[in-house]
Amino acid sequence: MTISLTVNGSSHAIDADPATPLLYVLRDDLGLNGAKYGCGLGQCGSCTVVVDGEAVLSCMVPIMLLEGREVTTVEGLGTIDEPGPLQQAFIELQAAQCGYCIPGMMMSAHALLRRKAQPSEEEIREALTTNLCRCGTHMRILAAIRRAGELMRAASLPGPDEGRTG
Amino acid sequence: MWALKAAIVFVAAIFLAAGAFLVFAWRSEIPEDATAGEASFAPELVARGAQLAAVGNCIACHTVPGKPAFSGGLAVPTPFGTIYSTNITPDRDTGIGGWNEAAFERAMREGVDRAGNHLYPAFPYDHFTRVTAQDNRALYAFLMTRAAVKAEATENELPFPLEFRPLLAGWKLLFLRQGEVEPEAARSEEWNRGRYLVEGLGHCGACHTPRNAFGAEDRDRHFGGGEAEGWQAYAINPDSKAPIPWDEQSLAFYLRNGWHEFHGVSRGPMAEVTGNLSLLPDSDIAAIATYVVSVMGDPTPERAQRAAELREQFEADRLEQTADSQSSVALASGGQAGETLYLAACANCHQGARRQPFGGLNFELSTAVNAPNPQNIVNVVLFGLPPADGEASAVMPAFRHILSDQQLADLLAYMRESFSDEPAWSGLVEQVANTRSGAYKVTIRPSDGIERAPHNVGAEEE
Ligand code: FES
Ligand code: FES
Repeated sequence: MTISLTVNGSSHAIDADPATPLLYVLRDDLGLNGAKYGCGLGQCGSCTVVVDGEAVLSCMVPIMLLEGREVTTVEGLGTIDEPGPLQQAFIELQAAQCGYCIPGMMMSAHALLRRKAQPSEEEIREALTTNLCRCGTHMRILAAIRRAGELMRAASLPGPDEGRTG
Repeated sequence: MWALKAAIVFVAAIFLAAGAFLVFAWRSEIPEDATAGEASFAPELVARGAQLAAVGNCIACHTVPGKPAFSGGLAVPTPFGTIYSTNITPDRDTGIGGWNEAAFERAMREGVDRAGNHLYPAFPYDHFTRVTAQDNRALYAFLMTRAAVKAEATENELPFPLEFRPLLAGWKLLFLRQGEVEPEAARSEEWNRGRYLVEGLGHCGACHTPRNAFGAEDRDRHFGGGEAEGWQAYAINPDSKAPIPWDEQSLAFYLRNGWHEFHGVSRGPMAEVTGNLSLLPDSDIAAIATYVVSVMGDPTPERAQRAAELREQFEADRLEQTADSQSSVALASGGQAGETLYLAACANCHQGARRQPFGGLNFELSTAVNAPNPQNIVNVVLFGLPPADGEASAVMPAFRHILSDQQLADLLAYMRESFSDEPAWSGLVEQVANTRSGAYKVTIRPSDGIERAPHNVGAEEE
């Protein structure tokens, strides 16, 4: 059965069992290896992607539920040459250790920052309750998310030049 | 002339009746005791009070999660309006710092505060009235030795005329039976201890017994199933829908650990209850289980037969579970919408090899699927079971961003049809929509109950 999926802005016709978890399709059919397989049971968060603005666990989502919906993965946040603000902040603050949990962390944070540009510490922690990190780099992850928020706010403010001419 | 006389008599009669009622409803003030807050108590008494407060689950209503323990302010939604819990820390101005022991005991016994105001039965004095003077003393000692917190109680939001407290005297006349109950000589000491804890301080019936139009427990349907904070509190009498009936061992295990392999994990407000009960000695847990199981009674022969089969099936399963039992389920998709969804999204965990409390419960064993109202499944699927903070716990992901109202309704219909012999549920799409929108209010708690979460200030004060 063919299902059409929109991932990071481009649409794909996927020929697979409709019950196939999104995670498998992302990795095996689309070659998007950012989302990671950790537990396959919805318990670790390493497979987190964003669907229509909300963080979801892609190992738990059969693709039949995604017809007509927007999927964003960590690859959609920027490129190696031009990392997006979240990626930039994680690099800047060296928030990754082994890195396995990081794409999931970033996607949970992405959903949060879209909703709320300046979240409280409590809200950040709340948004990450379903994301585990076995390396224990939590404090840096939290710092990186705060930093990403700053970068995003700075980017959306008028720059000094615009300020003068406008 | 005649008409005027009649009118005068009529009006006079109304005033007399109203006056008589007010006299009847009036309670004296117990003078403030300025030194009550400074009293000291034997450490053993305070320790016993802590255990009793855990049985009473006092902290759950009298604490806003994240705020200081027992300082009140939690909104308790009732069908009549919203009631805010009060500050029961020993702060003199805003708490119970000026209450002597007699004032505390009167509140527990009669539902009257120190100043003589009738209290709303959201404070379950219809149960607390059964608590012995000795246990009240321990509770008092425990509460008076907590940190005093200045926190003014929020005004209740009740429609006219319910904010007029003397009316509660009428409610009490109808529904409050004051005082302790005599032990039943024919029953064991353990059973009597269990009944004392369950019917008194434990106030299990406050959630598990349905309420009448006046918000009082319907005594004829004792433990027949009720609701709390948007969750169904299942029937725990002969109407219990547990596919494998509870027995003393399984219930004691569940109350002690918050889960049982044949019944699943406690959640919603029950998660707090099982969490609090961890403070109790095994003997009290066993007593509670003994009493509650006696209320449930022996299962019918058909139910016992079915339970024996299930037990065998799940005990055998456990022995021969293999790693591939997960994948074999998910591949068999096809059929109607609900079935496809179930196989794709639920079966991996709920028919997988992982055991309780970390795997999903097999729905063949689920009380929820057999309950008259699917609310608990709706809650858990939409909002998940958030993990406990800083410790291993049961967890389930939330599906609210993935499933539409219709899809969840299809899923519920399929589960009911496949895992239960009970009649189909109705109005599912609307029920899901109202739960999702918040029109129907549901409290979501981590699987261990929030008061014990490390970031909760209340937990640190214990
Ligand atoms: S792989 Fe999806 S939550 Fe662990
Ligand atoms: S960096 Fe290794 S799991 Fe998080």
